[in-house]
Amino acid sequence: MRLAQSFALENTLIQADCIEATEFPDLSSQFRVYAVPKTVINGSASIEGSLPEQFFLEEVLKTLPPQQDGGSASEPAG
Amino acid sequence: MSLLREQDAAEVRERLKAMPSPVRLVHFTQELNLEYGRETRQLLEELSGLSDQLSLEIHNFLLEKDKAAEYGVDMVPATVVCNGKASAIRFYGLPAGYEFASLLDAILMVSQADSGLCAESREKLAAITQPLHLQVFVTPT
Repeated sequence: MRLAQSFALENTLIQADCIEATEFPDLSSQFRVYAVPKTVINGSASIEGSLPEQFFLEEVLKTLPPQQDGGSASEPAG
Repeated sequence: MSLLREQDAAEVRERLKAMPSPVRLVHFTQELNLEYGRETRQLLEELSGLSDQLSLEIHNFLLEKDKAAEYGVDMVPATVVCNGKASAIRFYGLPAGYEFASLLDAILMVSQADSGLCAESREKLAAITQPLHLQVFVTPT
């Protein structure tokens, strides 16, 4: 949970919830939580267990669709 | 009877001395049909009494739907860790054991406005332009 809450502090678009699995059995079974910690990302992908900072972040970023910011400078203007 | 043992309370009080700025715990609960609802509230009351920088705000989840929506809370018991503005760190359930340690970490982190992450991680996180919801399932042990 520590990394998730650290992430939430760095960007207001990020929200971190810590959920006591046994008190919310419906949600836990919906996300197939059989072992903890388990991190569910945007309600679909998930990470099982604890990972070091760099790997946890990589796994999280992998689940996000590519960002379309149109800021690529690779195409010449003319 | 208090939930925090005297020795634990003393340790927590010591840790909370490292809070440079105030933190507000916004708690949503309901009186009936809530397992551990009373214990959660009592634990938060005891915890918030351990530092002048820590305050507790309690809301009725059933009667204050607008408030719950404002904090993005959709189940109880829920505790949101806030500084001046609303924060994006929430705890669902009784914060005992592992979750209690995480709650303390969150309080200190928010108060110190420091995630403790390395510069590279911070850069990557700042570049995210879409909502990211992390739900971490834990158990007390």
